[in-house]
Amino acid sequence: MSTLDLSALSARQVRDGIVAGDHSAREVVDAAYARVEALDDRVHAFLQLTPELAYEAAERVDAARAAGNPLPPLAGVPAGLKDNMNLLGTRTTCGSRMLETYESVYDCTAVRRLLDAGALPIGKCNMDEFAFGSSTENSAFGPTRNPWDLDRVPGGSSGGSAACVAAGMTSISLGSDTGGSIRQPGALTGTVALKPTYGRVSRYGIVAFGSSLDQIGPFGTSVEDVALALEAIAGEDPMDATSSPEPVVPYGSLLEGGVAGLRVGLVTDMLEMDGCGREIRASVAAAAETFASLGAEVGEVDLPSAKHGLSAYYVIGPAEASSNLARFDGIRYGLRVPDAEDVTDLYARSRAEGFGPETIRRIMLGTYALSAGYYDAYYGQAQKARTRIIEDFRSAFERFDVLLTPTTPEVAFTFGEKSDPFTMYLNDVYTIPVNLAGNCAISVPSGVCPGTGLPIGLQIIGDHFAETTILRAAAAFEAATGFDPVPPTVRALA
Amino acid sequence: MAITESDVCHVAMLARLALTNEQVDTLTAELDSLLGHIDELRRLDLEGVEPTAHPLAMTNRTRADVVRPGLSREDALRNAPETDGTAFVVPAITGGEDAS
Repeated sequence: MSTLDLSALSARQVRDGIVAGDHSAREVVDAAYARVEALDDRVHAFLQLTPELAYEAAERVDAARAAGNPLPPLAGVPAGLKDNMNLLGTRTTCGSRMLETYESVYDCTAVRRLLDAGALPIGKCNMDEFAFGSSTENSAFGPTRNPWDLDRVPGGSSGGSAACVAAGMTSISLGSDTGGSIRQPGALTGTVALKPTYGRVSRYGIVAFGSSLDQIGPFGTSVEDVALALEAIAGEDPMDATSSPEPVVPYGSLLEGGVAGLRVGLVTDMLEMDGCGREIRASVAAAAETFASLGAEVGEVDLPSAKHGLSAYYVIGPAEASSNLARFDGIRYGLRVPDAEDVTDLYARSRAEGFGPETIRRIMLGTYALSAGYYDAYYGQAQKARTRIIEDFRSAFERFDVLLTPTTPEVAFTFGEKSDPFTMYLNDVYTIPVNLAGNCAISVPSGVCPGTGLPIGLQIIGDHFAETTILRAAAAFEAATGFDPVPPTVRALA
Repeated sequence: MAITESDVCHVAMLARLALTNEQVDTLTAELDSLLGHIDELRRLDLEGVEPTAHPLAMTNRTRADVVRPGLSREDALRNAPETDGTAFVVPAITGGEDAS
């Protein structure tokens, strides 16, 4: 049993400790698995642990240090990987029975880059099946629980990735965000969670959900850790033609400088939406005051078309998903029923048996929206509404450098509380417009709800490729508020 | 516009999903409710607005037409439910009743 407490150390501190000889990478892996053993039967952040890969990676880091070689920026940092990301030597299940036994035959670029930067792969994280959900209740392998309160959801769909960081089982993790699936669980678990600009990170090797919306991004317990992880995974990839050639900058070393003179826009109409909790509104308003006290120029702005984002998203997302999931036909991989009469029977029964209820719901919604007679009314209109949302953001970014909204309309909810699909979908009302417009955004803890003691997330939105700006704003806010991101329950449990 | 069971069965056929009668019932109600919520889209006046297919202004990107290594046959077949070692095995697609 290791005495190293990962929950007390940032990724930067873990790495610096290895450089200084305070601990070895092997000890870091020991500490991560000790914590997994102590907590994960309750939290269920992981679907699969990968100790062989983690100890091999640790050995390389320790050998490099022993040889006096320079260590890469994330050397020895324990990481969780959402289970929709391929990594050779692991299964990639996507939280689905359909892919329960699927073995990766190639690496996801973002994962490869994170590991090449020295990170240690502790395991594959639980998720809503095929990333469809806002609670991680839709995993075929059982839900993940929120380390802040085990009766509550961690958010989704990257709930496992958020929970393993919140519980101090890993320092960082990777998630994917199609409509808020990094930022929403980030807010609900009190972690820092970044959705980069569309195209900033290659999507090669992730199981696709909505190809024009998906983006991989990191979780951490500090803005600096998230910036370092982004630095490792960002950049053009010949394997993904939609990855951007925009140069990668050293995000981790550009966090200083504060926010004096930064133009901060509080998105007033989104803040006033029905369903936004009183404590959430108060927290965001207080955050705006914090920015003003730090010297930012705070003003108000509206995004009038953003209110149509949810409707547009629940046409475009499922439409793209229904197309992407057509590949699961029981022929090349995935579940196949044993006694099919013919190929059509094999397709239809394998898919119905392999997919869970939320996945079937989204495929049906998407197929309907793309079907003859409804294409223009739903899909065409949604793509036009998307244009309007992009125009709103463009106009807002002419006046402001960053925009502030809540990340979620409420704090973590209890299991089963949102049984109606649309009520669940409302959780992503603040995050979805950002995906439709392709912008970058970060959720940073802005305090805890006075009634429940649960964390609240502040969303800071930036223009395309303005990651440096939102990270700098988030770092200044973090330094000013001093929020302690370790859940009290986990502190007691460990 | 109300969604009927027959709509759901038609969409399930398009999506290649063999739904049970119970699933058809549930999905009829759920899709009707969901489409009710997003029906506002149909009423928006978006005449003349260009649809967006891609959030960034990117043009097609091409690469040199050069042969590069891809997945090996072994890797491509590794996760297949049924193979003969060289190809995916599927139930007969063509032929009459006598075909096996």
